Amino acid sequence: MSQASIKVGSAPAVQYLLRLGDSCLVLAQRISEWSGHAPILEEDLALSNMALDLLGQARGLLTHAAKLDGQGHDEDQLAFLRDERQYLNPVLMELPRGDFAFTVLRNFAVATWLLLLWQQLEKSSDAELAAIAGKAVKEAAYHQQHAADWVVRLGDGTEESAARLRAALATLWPYFNELFDADAVDAAAQAQGLGPAWSSLKDDWLAHMGEVLREAGLSLPRNSAYQSAGRRGVHSEHMGHMLATLQYLQRAYPGGRW
Amino acid sequence: MSTSTTQNEWPLWEVFVRSKAGLDHKHCGSLHAADAKMALQMARDVYTRRQEGTSIWVVQSSQIVASDPGEKGMYFDPMEDKVYRHPTFYELPESVNHM
Repeated sequence: MSQASIKVGSAPAVQYLLRLGDSCLVLAQRISEWSGHAPILEEDLALSNMALDLLGQARGLLTHAAKLDGQGHDEDQLAFLRDERQYLNPVLMELPRGDFAFTVLRNFAVATWLLLLWQQLEKSSDAELAAIAGKAVKEAAYHQQHAADWVVRLGDGTEESAARLRAALATLWPYFNELFDADAVDAAAQAQGLGPAWSSLKDDWLAHMGEVLREAGLSLPRNSAYQSAGRRGVHSEHMGHMLATLQYLQRAYPGGRW
Repeated sequence: MSTSTTQNEWPLWEVFVRSKAGLDHKHCGSLHAADAKMALQMARDVYTRRQEGTSIWVVQSSQIVASDPGEKGMYFDPMEDKVYRHPTFYELPESVNHM
């Protein structure tokens, strides 16, 4: 027996929340893949902590998205019972975890972006979203600092660590574009005071990225024209495999609980 | 193998955590880290996951000067028969019983 898939509505506020909530959920899943595999025990725990923070943020956001969607779904149904095209995270989040340099650079880029976003969302006209942001902003600040330190350490470390970090930056760079795409969902959120248009965060994000990358001995790559479209449900070939792992238990044992 | 190399290269740090304002920092364990900043972050992630802390100290284990276990007898045994150094040795008069 398996569990039928659900769909969410197309209201801009719901989409806006899911873009963020799915980002947290999918990155949490990717980071948690390091559990038991990180280079040292201490970092294993640090990464697990970060994944759990992100998962907590995802829970709040999915619960709220489900409420605004008004179809009576809950956070678990949204997390486990949607099909691939219904997930709205940027493709950046679902890319395989790669090596440690790839992981810390993505974590740094995403934490920097999330921190800027949460700071704006604390002022959201939606009280529930503002409350989630108030808690998340502290978590993101720590994630950013921790990941930034690793970026500098690797960039300023051995020849191999610097080469791996440069390779990670080259791979990730085109996927960052999607974090700052402007579209109707974004514009509606900004107009309603729900949250900022993501495109408005780009300058600050680039400034933070540039600062830390320079300290790590790297420069910002040239602009890429690549445009991924995860926010519209168009994902990479990695997403389906990841969802198969993420959803397996709830699909095989509907409603199963610990 | 890479793990043991890492741990040979990174110094050991002792971690002290204060659970509440006003209480002492208590030794709670040790960890490996490349420098003080990393040691503080790792201490936060390893030892304060369950709200154990409001403040952390770290110190390189090599900086701690410890008494020699071989000198334990000389150092500590002479205190065994000095019961008069404990306040409970003295009998208080009734009138100050609740001091």
